[in-house]
Amino acid sequence: MIPLIIIAGYLALLLGLGLFSSRLFRGTSRDYMLASHSIGPVLLLMSIFGTTMTAFALVGSTGEAFKEGVGVYGMLASSSGIIHSLCFFVLGIRLWSFGHRYGYTTQIQFFRDRLQSDRIGLLLFPILVGLVIPYLLIGVMASGSVINSMTAGRPGPDGVVDGAFEQGTFPEFLEMGQGPDGRPSFAAGSAGGLPKQLASLIICGVVLIYVFFGGMRGTAWANTFQTIVFMVLGIVTFSMIAMKLGGKESFLESLRAASAAIPQDKLIRGPVGDHPGLSKLKFLTYMFVPLSVGMFPHLFQHWLTARSARSFKLPVVAHPIFIMIVWVPCVLIGAWAASDLFFGSLPPPLQAKLEANPNIVLPVMVKKLTNPVLGGFLTAGILAAIMSSLDSQFLCLGTMFTEDIVKHYGPKDRISDRQSVLIARLFIIGIVAVTYVLSLFEPRAVFTLGVWCFSGFASLFPLVFACIYWKRLTRAGAYASIIAAFGSWCYLFAESEFARNRSYTVNFTLGGVTYETMPVASMILASTAALVLVSLITRPPDREHLSRFFDSV
Amino acid sequence: MKQVVWGLVILLVILHHDVWLWDDPTLVGGFMPITLLYHAGISIAAGITWFLATRYAWPEGLDGDAGIPEADA
Repeated sequence: MIPLIIIAGYLALLLGLGLFSSRLFRGTSRDYMLASHSIGPVLLLMSIFGTTMTAFALVGSTGEAFKEGVGVYGMLASSSGIIHSLCFFVLGIRLWSFGHRYGYTTQIQFFRDRLQSDRIGLLLFPILVGLVIPYLLIGVMASGSVINSMTAGRPGPDGVVDGAFEQGTFPEFLEMGQGPDGRPSFAAGSAGGLPKQLASLIICGVVLIYVFFGGMRGTAWANTFQTIVFMVLGIVTFSMIAMKLGGKESFLESLRAASAAIPQDKLIRGPVGDHPGLSKLKFLTYMFVPLSVGMFPHLFQHWLTARSARSFKLPVVAHPIFIMIVWVPCVLIGAWAASDLFFGSLPPPLQAKLEANPNIVLPVMVKKLTNPVLGGFLTAGILAAIMSSLDSQFLCLGTMFTEDIVKHYGPKDRISDRQSVLIARLFIIGIVAVTYVLSLFEPRAVFTLGVWCFSGFASLFPLVFACIYWKRLTRAGAYASIIAAFGSWCYLFAESEFARNRSYTVNFTLGGVTYETMPVASMILASTAALVLVSLITRPPDREHLSRFFDSV
Repeated sequence: MKQVVWGLVILLVILHHDVWLWDDPTLVGGFMPITLLYHAGISIAAGITWFLATRYAWPEGLDGDAGIPEADA
């Protein structure tokens, strides 16, 4: 029950912060959606970092390192350190400058203006919303799994023992899961913890309340607070797990004992026994995945909150270092989890549960290797990472709907500023409800779902890059690029059996050798080829229009 | 200097692909897998490279950049 009390206290604190920041709300839609462009470098760094680090970073990275080994860090974390900052530098600053000059609030406003096309908004809106929703699902699902794991009991001779709740506390459909023999089972369901569905609902409710009242300012403050929480608690937890797992007198000796037990196939990326390893070309093409930040609509909105272009300097420099601080401990913990010191010591039902759902590796380790107080705080830390992304995404979808659909197509002079804020808030409620309902269906692995979602955004990267740096880009080229990106994403997603095939790759055979590549590489290739070819065969945009976006025309 | 900075970014991307460590199970200091340590080093190098980029390759002529205090909100 102690972890549950700490989690409840943390959520209450967060609600208080959100409600407090709402007292600074200036009442305008610009303030609600962009915090009146008042965010300085420290808040910008923390809110951008908090937004990009999700359940994917904490829960997903630990789970994936548990399955695949320490090579996960190179696959996504160190590449993100390079590519994310590259996107902030080459795209973020320029887009902030255009937004500042022409008064954009959303990505779609920029594309409509730059490409002189009203309809491009209608094409992009469903695609962007459709890609943000799986991203939201990752957070909502992971939050439910984490809270349930931390509050659940353990299998005993007469059923579940030490759970936070007795069997029968909640309705049967919330408590029972499917056991290994296919029959309803309490141990395979909520197992005495807060049921996942209820936990996810509470998280959705908390985020909804502080986004509803605090808008972008509340989101930025909450993100900053939550980023500090999950970074500090992550390091504390790492130390505690190392000490307990290693079981030696000193920290260093414990680290050595824990790492010495990592199985060989988790230390290297080549094949070992039955483990096929990671192909070098797949590793290379993974580098395209982080390009997704260039097209995240919620990140675009955060960029626009900056007070000045110079506010970007700190995020650009510190982002890779922050990634390292969060990911290195998570990946190491995941590799330790695969060792006999931990995995080998678990009862077979729990081993099976971990293999089926790697998302719960971190909470299970924390629960088994630390005390309930730290367990409660760490759960708060994981939830902090999850919620600091959910809030921005909810707010962004509300903003897009208000600005790109209602205000754009509705009677502009009849929608007051106050009504704009109201519409955004109502749409946010709707999106939270839809996301929550979708999360009730059985999830795919957080990591796999995340990679598909990021790949979709990354496939639109050539479009935003060309809008800023290529004068020859035409409206038709932009349409072709979006259609190629969307079409190739749908085709490859279906080919992967809708993410059921976790290790799906696009393979090419040359000279009898098969090369594995990440689907994102094919998507980017398709969207770039369509963009360039169609732009070159269609009439270039007029010089007068281009002079608004380029220094020399 | 601008070209040097962009050269460093390209070098980082190349160095990121550490095929020479693919099958190396060494634990540096007895606890840190060498591939993880190497990539943590890449993250630090990225921070340094981007610091140089903000100093020597910062885009000029951006709106609203002049005379705004850098104190945080």
